[in-house]
Amino acid sequence: MTQKLPFEQPVVELQNKIDELKNFTKDKDIDLEDEISYLEGRLQQVESQIYDHLKPWERVQIARHSERPTTYDYIEHLFTDFIELHGDRLFGDDDAIVGGLAYYKGQPVTIIGHQRGRNTKENIQRNFGMPHPEGYRKALRLMKQADKFGRPIICLVDTKGAFPGKAAEERGQSEAIARNLLEMGGFTVPSIGIVIGEGGSGGALALGVCNRMFMLENSTYSVISPEGAAAILWKDASLAQRAAETMKITAPDLSELGVIDGVIREVRGGAHHNVKEQAGYIDGVLDQHLTELMKMSGEQLREQRYDKFSRIGL
Amino acid sequence: MFKDLFSKKRKYATIPSERTQPNKMNDGVMTKCPSCKTIMYSRELKKHHNVCIECNHHFRLTARDRINSLIDVGTFKEFDIGMLSHNPLDFPDYEEKLEKDQQKTGLNEAVVTGAGEMDGYPVIIGVMDPRFRMASMGTVVGEKIKRAIEAAIETKTPFIMFSASGGARMQEGVLSLMQMAKTSVALKKLDEARVPFISFMTHPTTGGVSASFASLGDYNFSEPGALIGFAGRRIIEQTIREELPDDFQTAEFLLDHGQLDGVIDRKNIHKTLVTIIKMHAVDHQGNQGGQSAQ
Repeated sequence: MTQKLPFEQPVVELQNKIDELKNFTKDKDIDLEDEISYLEGRLQQVESQIYDHLKPWERVQIARHSERPTTYDYIEHLFTDFIELHGDRLFGDDDAIVGGLAYYKGQPVTIIGHQRGRNTKENIQRNFGMPHPEGYRKALRLMKQADKFGRPIICLVDTKGAFPGKAAEERGQSEAIARNLLEMGGFTVPSIGIVIGEGGSGGALALGVCNRMFMLENSTYSVISPEGAAAILWKDASLAQRAAETMKITAPDLSELGVIDGVIREVRGGAHHNVKEQAGYIDGVLDQHLTELMKMSGEQLREQRYDKFSRIGL
Repeated sequence: MFKDLFSKKRKYATIPSERTQPNKMNDGVMTKCPSCKTIMYSRELKKHHNVCIECNHHFRLTARDRINSLIDVGTFKEFDIGMLSHNPLDFPDYEEKLEKDQQKTGLNEAVVTGAGEMDGYPVIIGVMDPRFRMASMGTVVGEKIKRAIEAAIETKTPFIMFSASGGARMQEGVLSLMQMAKTSVALKKLDEARVPFISFMTHPTTGGVSASFASLGDYNFSEPGALIGFAGRRIIEQTIREELPDDFQTAEFLLDHGQLDGVIDRKNIHKTLVTIIKMHAVDHQGNQGGQSAQ
């Protein structure tokens, strides 16, 4: 059973009632079929009302769901022969970003993604998916390697942001992010990015300067977290819900603003309900766009990427 | 009020012009240094490059004053003067805030870009002005900087950027974030064209601006005491639950940690820039005719 979110309460209540009646029918041998089928019809209506009209704040909660599939989950379902590569060759290895080599439908690719933990212990190891400079420098090392050997680059974005800490500042968090933005602009291999959870500010963008950029339906991508925006704008972090609406941070919003190339549909209620099915939806989009990009020359790929970012906000 | 009788405050509107734009940060006859509290003549302070005579505190400069202090008289040609910000997210009160800062500063946006000469050598220069929305980067700031970089590529002219910014402009949301990518990919092209980029991070350079073009100079410099960093001090203190050293995220701190090529007193900036630009005008065989040949 997945952990339910507050706005899913009406669904949970109805489901519980249906289960209760079914058990009652079985135990007491009383026929409640009519009641059950009525409630099941009602459940479908309620599910549709909730899941087909998700509000920005509800999407934020789904994007942050503790059981939401992570980079490792999608690597497992979408790629074969994954070989993880570690370290930035300068300081250390940052577990908040993972990457390596793999096959995608017979094509060698380099895959890189932010990695959150799936429980408290893992989250401590992976710093809640918030990278230090060495994480970005590892990502850059792997991307340059991909560019050198002609492998497409696939980036999965899932971070609250780059880590705000003393050590991160000392080692040049700003420079590490900035360097990735610059270098990603010059690659002559195809690059595709997908926001799978939270896309938090510069820490997300540092993996996001790609030929194509997609977002899962219930993911977010923003310049600042809703809590941060509320604290600065209205001096009250509890107004995060309002900020989530004002700041336009959901996948449909970004699609409308022309910042991303498309929205990838999600399993009803969120990707965590069925990882395999979700990987299937991603697979369809990845396959189509990678095939398209692989027909372009290195120079065309660079120009396409440059023009795309050059035009944003005009 | 009775005391209003003695107030010198003018009640009528002033129309700012480029020539007579006063330095609002230290108008008046006397100026008090916020660092050492010394009170000095404003005229003397100005003669001293707006640097405190006692403690070397570097006062903030407006974009116009910075340009006037560096660029040969009469050579500056401004780019994209009329480019104005819109309100792409329909963010509440954003237009009013822009208008207020336009009136306050006499600028249309938070960055001034253009072409000019330094000791006769052509340069493309951009200067951010923190009086305007804390010089946060929205779509217009990003676009103006991108166009300045493209002009530098086209004319093979050295690019100089004086950054000062609170970061990305929140009122333009994710569109502001994308300006980090826009300016950085333009710098990739500048890099490949082998045109030098000299970045000066002045007080304060933080957030999305420090995490994009400002950190990407071939040469990265700063002024004494400037605040430079990615995350805000308060956020870091809350995260790691320990007090940070007093000099944390100052230019000197960054120099110590290998993040800057140098911290340069304001009075030496012009000389340093001209020296570097001259060196780029000579190629490896000793021929004049490098990037910034006249």
